[in-house]
Parts: sequence; C-alpha cells; structure tokens
Amino acid sequence: MDLVTPGFGLIAWTTFTFLLLVALLGKFAWKPILTMVKEREASIDMALKAAHAAKAEMAALHSSNEQLLKETREERERILKEAREMREKTISDAKSAASSEAAKVLETAREQIHNEKMAAMTEVKNQVAQLAVEMSERILRAELQNAAAQKAMVDRALQDVNLN
Amino acid sequence: MIKRKLVGLFIAVALFLAPVVGTKAATPDHAAPSEEKADAPFDPTELIMHHVKDSHSWHLFDLNGHAYSVPLPVILWTTHGFVVFSSSEFHHDSEGKVVVQRNGMSFVNHHEKIHFAEEGENHGTLIDVSITKNVASMLFVAVLLLLLFLSTARFYKTKQAIEKAPSGLAGFLEPLILFVRDDIAKVNIPAKQVDRFTPYLLTLFFFIWLNNMLGLIPFFPGGANVTGNIAVTLVLAVFTFLITNVNGTKDYWLHIFWMPGVPIWLRPVLAIVEFIGLFTKPFSLMIRLFANITAGHIIVISLVSLVFVFETVLVSPGSVLLTLFISTLELLVAALQAFVFTMLTALYIGTALESHDDHHEEEIEHAH
Repeated sequence: MDLVTPGFGLIAWTTFTFLLLVALLGKFAWKPILTMVKEREASIDMALKAAHAAKAEMAALHSSNEQLLKETREERERILKEAREMREKTISDAKSAASSEAAKVLETAREQIHNEKMAAMTEVKNQVAQLAVEMSERILRAELQNAAAQKAMVDRALQDVNLN
Repeated sequence: MIKRKLVGLFIAVALFLAPVVGTKAATPDHAAPSEEKADAPFDPTELIMHHVKDSHSWHLFDLNGHAYSVPLPVILWTTHGFVVFSSSEFHHDSEGKVVVQRNGMSFVNHHEKIHFAEEGENHGTLIDVSITKNVASMLFVAVLLLLLFLSTARFYKTKQAIEKAPSGLAGFLEPLILFVRDDIAKVNIPAKQVDRFTPYLLTLFFFIWLNNMLGLIPFFPGGANVTGNIAVTLVLAVFTFLITNVNGTKDYWLHIFWMPGVPIWLRPVLAIVEFIGLFTKPFSLMIRLFANITAGHIIVISLVSLVFVFETVLVSPGSVLLTLFISTLELLVAALQAFVFTMLTALYIGTALESHDDHHEEEIEHAH
C-alpha cells in the first residue's frame, strides 16, 4: 500500500521541478528551436517552390525554343520552297520569253525574207520589163528599118484598133 | 537513418550496461544490512521494495558490512518552522532506532518515513519535503535536460541555423523534437492551436524519457525509480488533466454533460459515464507509467537477486543474461512509455480542443 500512496514531498518537488522545466525549456529551448525549425522549413519550402518555378520556366523556355526552332525550320522550308518555285518560274519564264523572242525573230526574219523576196521579184520584174522594152525597141528598130515593114505594121495596128 | 542510429545507440547502451548489471549482482543492493541480520535468510521482497520506493539517502554500495551512501538533506516542515539536517545523522537507520534532535523535537526514520520519535508526542504537523533519492535524481534529470536543450538551442539562435542542417547535439536531438512535434502534437491537436501545446509535450516527453532511462542505470547517479513513483506520475497526470480541461471548448463540455445526437433519456447516463471518464483518463496515465516502470525495476532486481536466493554464483550467467535481456527491453519500454504518456496527453488535449461543427449542423438538420 505504501507503494501506491503518493508522498507529499515528492509531489511538491515534482510539481516545482516540472513547472520550472516547462518554463525554462519553453522559453530558452523550445521557443528558439521550434521558431528556427519553422523558419528553416519555410525557407526550404520557398527554395523548393523557387526551384519548381525555375524548372517550369526552363521547360517553358525550352518549349518556346523548340517552337522557335520549329518555326524557323518551317520558315526555311518555306523560303527554300519559294526560291525553288521562283527558280522554276524564272526558268520557265525565261524559256517562254526566249521561245517567243525566237518566234518573233523568226517571224521578222521570215517577213524580211518575204519582203526581200518580193523586192527581188519586183526588181526582177522591172528588169525583165526593162529588158523586154529594150528588146522590143531593138526588135522594132530592126523591124522598122524599111518603110514597107513600117507600113504593114501600122496597118496591123490599125486593124487591131478597129477590131477593138 | 536516424532510427537505425537510435537502435544502434540502444544496443550500445545495453551492451555497456550488461557488465555493470553483472557486477551489481556481486554486491547486494541493501541499504543497511545490520550486523545481526547478516545471517538471516535473504529476503528479496524487502530488497526489491526498498529499491523501488523512495529513500532519504542515496545508497551507493556496501563494503565490509558497511553501507556507503550519499547523504541527502532532510527537510521537514513543522509547526515550529523548517527543520533541515543531513540524512547521514540517521546513520543508515531505517528501523526508527536512531533519534535525531532538532529545535526541541526528535525524529526517527521508520521505513523511510520521518516520524516524531515519541509516540503521541504532540508537536503538531510534520510534513516531509526532503530532497530524497527520487527528488535528487529528478533534479539531476532537470539539470541534464537544461544542459542538453539549452546548449542545443544555442545552435538555433545563430543565423546560420536556417541554411545549415543541424549537426552534433542538435543533429541528434532535432529528429526527436520533430518527432514529438509532428507525430505526437500535430496529429492530435488542431493545427491552429498546436503551437501552444508543443512546448509542454516536448518537456513532458523528454522529462519522462530521461527519468526512465536514468532509472535503468544501476549505479549512482541513476537507479532511482522516479517515474515508477506514483507521486511523480500523479503530478504529471494532474498537469495533463488541468491543461486538458482548462482548454476544453464549449463543444467538449457539451459532449460530456449533454451528448448531442443520442436520445434524451440516454444523455444523463452518458453524462455520468463521461464525467467519470474525465478522471479515469489521467488516472490511467498515472497508473500506466507507474506500473510499467516499477515493474521493470522489480524484474531487474528480482533477476539480480536470483544469485542470492539460490546462494550460488553458478546462477549468475543466467541471471546476467536475463537481466541484460530485460534491461534492453526496458530501454524500449522507457522510450515507449514516454511516447505513450505524451501521445495520450496530446490526444486528450486534442479532444478537448475539437469543435464538432458538423455534428451540430446534422443535429439542426434533424430538428427541422
């Protein structure tokens, strides 16, 4: 029974000691320790959040870089395609221009040739006419040496006129 | 990692204690074996009860039939004021034979209780507030706790503590402090008020644990059965009781005296049960700690006593091995009981602070 009978002295001393401990440890140990631990936790939390934000930012940057790269690649493709098209167009333009020019030149040449030919023909015709006139003159002159022949001729001519 | 370290520490301490407990077996822990009693048959019950109970002097060892102990101050509050003298004036007597005279009063130590020497002598009140073995051990623990945690706190007062991981003593104690804060306080007490109670819970946990641990050391300055004394556990339980009920919310009291959500006729019955529960909770705290620690001490001394009961040294290997086993177990119990006491305290405080808003909403809905 003695064992389970609390003694007053020990109760008093325990109360005193424990209260003292609660007060002293509370003020000089738990308060600074818990405060600092809390602050540290907050700072770790903050650092973690900052790290996460930085990671997200990096990811965003990376994806925007990707985007930029993709756009640039597309741009390049587009420019190249345009250039290719331009080249083809230029070539075909040049080809068509050349061929039309050639056709034009040919046409001109043909025309010129035709003209030359015509001119030459006219010339030849004129020459032939001239020659014919000269020949006829000579023939007439030779024919009309004697008066009879002249007379016969005039007659014939007159006959022709009459007939007409 | 820390847990593994702690287990390692426990094992190391246990191994360190083993030979000590063994040597203890060689010298009986008997406070005052008087000459004529030397041949009397060994009485383990007396030895055990002597150890388990409080004492006015701190017995160290017996040498050549002489008991050596640390004298402690005997402080008595009488009608004629305080009387203070050294416990050595009793000359190791606890049979009420040696009389010490002070201020015209004479005192005897009868089974570690100070009485007036003459029966019926009317000197009025006599209140014993001596620094007994338990008080001295407890004060030693208090000093140890202050040294430990105030030096730990020094690290936390520096600016670098915010960016540096704790090292040394702080590195060892911080996980324990965080364990109490996170796994005892935060899980039981609402987050808004938890900071108010964490310091108390921390003090409680380390006070009980260190006292338990010191009680396991079989030689001076350990070995006192502080937390196995009902007076100590009573005070701790009363503190818990007071803190719980002083902070009780309206809801808490409502749930005790007029339980919502049960039939009206049942409420008075429940009120009686709940009211008794108010006291059984701290009572169970008091008994649990007292019984566990006292039981541990009793087992250890019983095992050591085997050598003297069988009066042969041949029993000692078994005795030492069993003592080692139990001592190791007691190291676990020391931490466990500190944890259980603190955990339940936190739980009780948490219950008292809880507000059952949802219950009331339900009730109102039912009423409509």
